[in-house]
Amino acid sequence: MGLASYLRSKLIPAELDEQVNRIRKPIGTLGYDPWGYNDEAVKYGFSVARQIYEKYFRVSASGVDNVPAEGPVLIIANHSGQLPIDGLLIGYALASREKNPRIPRAMIERFFPTVPWLGNLLNEIGAVLGDPVNCAKMLANNEAVIVFPEGVRGSGKLYRDRYQLKRFGNGFMHLAMKYKAPIVPVGVVGCEETIPAIANIKPLANALGVPYVPVALPVVLPAKVHLNFGEPMYFDDAEIPEEQVTERVEAVKAEISRLIDKGLSERKRLF
Amino acid sequence: MSKHQRPRILITGAAGALAQQVIRRLRETCDLVAVDFREQVYLGDDIPSYCIDFNKRVFEDLFRRYEFDGVIHLGRILSSQLTRMRRYNANVLGTQKLLDLSHKYGIRRVIVLSTYHVYGAVAYNPALIDESAPLKSAGLSADLVDSVELENLANIYLWRYPELNITILRPCNIVGPGVRNTMSTLLGSERAPVLAGFSPMMQFIHIDDMADAIVAAWSKPVKGVFNVAPQDWVAYQHALKLCGCKTIPIPSIPPSVPKAIARILNLRSFPSFLMAFFKYPVVIDGRAFAREFGFQPKRPLKEIFRYYRDNKKPV
Repeated sequence: MGLASYLRSKLIPAELDEQVNRIRKPIGTLGYDPWGYNDEAVKYGFSVARQIYEKYFRVSASGVDNVPAEGPVLIIANHSGQLPIDGLLIGYALASREKNPRIPRAMIERFFPTVPWLGNLLNEIGAVLGDPVNCAKMLANNEAVIVFPEGVRGSGKLYRDRYQLKRFGNGFMHLAMKYKAPIVPVGVVGCEETIPAIANIKPLANALGVPYVPVALPVVLPAKVHLNFGEPMYFDDAEIPEEQVTERVEAVKAEISRLIDKGLSERKRLF
Repeated sequence: MSKHQRPRILITGAAGALAQQVIRRLRETCDLVAVDFREQVYLGDDIPSYCIDFNKRVFEDLFRRYEFDGVIHLGRILSSQLTRMRRYNANVLGTQKLLDLSHKYGIRRVIVLSTYHVYGAVAYNPALIDESAPLKSAGLSADLVDSVELENLANIYLWRYPELNITILRPCNIVGPGVRNTMSTLLGSERAPVLAGFSPMMQFIHIDDMADAIVAAWSKPVKGVFNVAPQDWVAYQHALKLCGCKTIPIPSIPPSVPKAIARILNLRSFPSFLMAFFKYPVVIDGRAFAREFGFQPKRPLKEIFRYYRDNKKPV
């Protein structure tokens, strides 16, 4: 046909088409799921993500097979680097793995749905508004869900604070316990260097209704990224006071911290 | 249902396409009486049909004369019709009258048609909203207040008079042949406005499936509030494409711009108070209804959209 099908044939080789079709998703007759995931869009996203993952950030991922082949699972990572590049890279690592690939769903900041084009685009490739109800329903749907418990506290932090974990919310632990979902901790190293910010213009951020406005170079630097997936952690669904939930969250945080240190020690140079 | 051999049902909103589908399905097994406050419709010699305002006293005469067993209340004025004031009178006060009379005359089953609009379209909506979610719509637009109040009212009666067996149905967009609501008008048009950069997920139910759902609700007196929607989803702009509509993008930010444009254009099919529904998704979870009433929609989205594509010039 026209340009669209030409582009499709160039961008989406048959084996990629096959790879995405192999991953079963609970979608409707037109390829959408309730959160806006679209299997056709994912193929384009996959093709673009491959270039970003392999060529630009030259990601080295280890332990991606620690994510179970099926069933609900929470992938918990440190958040950094102003843009949600870390989510994209973790997602691609899991979707492109040899054995039992999965397309995980990333929980995103609450302001994304209000941004024209970007909000829909993120939804189509699997990102979902970071609402506990959404997360719960996805786990009930046996999805793999990526959560950054630091939220904007993590992604908006400045270069001088790099690799210091901010406070983790407890929400993910409650959901993991309720849905008996294992937690796979991930340490992301390298994303801090992609958009180093020296300051945050808070008044402008407030005026624009966005979480932060970083003072940074208008480029994304090609830092080499290391992803370290840890062993799955299991937590029972016992009725425990919030204090003990926080202790469990701290255990996950400590494990992520360990994985980050591992990544930092493996790293030979920044780029 | 001991008074008569066949159950006798009052159906409101009889002039609407949905009510006529419900009547077609129930007329074989039930004695029906149809009312509509817009016009009197002829439904055959076996179905008495009236044009009555619920707020008038003669409305009570119907209850005296026919000794109904059940009421199927489909006569909700859509948010795109009439003025806010008249809609409030008809939808809220009229429904109150209807429920009062139902209680007074010992009706044993009431089905009230609501809408998914009551949930309100906001950026922070999770998907698969279930029935216990807050109804945010009243806080977003004064034009949707009557929809929410109608629900609140029905809910009060649901708990105060359990013997009425009230079931409130909140369907997603009802579309298909004969439907005259906002969404159906848009899908059936040559060109449809969209908000640039926004294509929220939507759900559509075929009018025949919705009529089946109402009949299913009638046949099992389980009271409560239920969403009615198929387990299928599509983005708004994709739906328009499948219906053969050209899209006209309207600048979407800041939010006051599309509202102002809609107000100036004054299109009935693209009212300013529904603008948020073209921006943010309101995806409801219809699984509770499907489970409880054994309901399964039969017409897939492709069939619905094919109808609109093939019938660009509506009769």
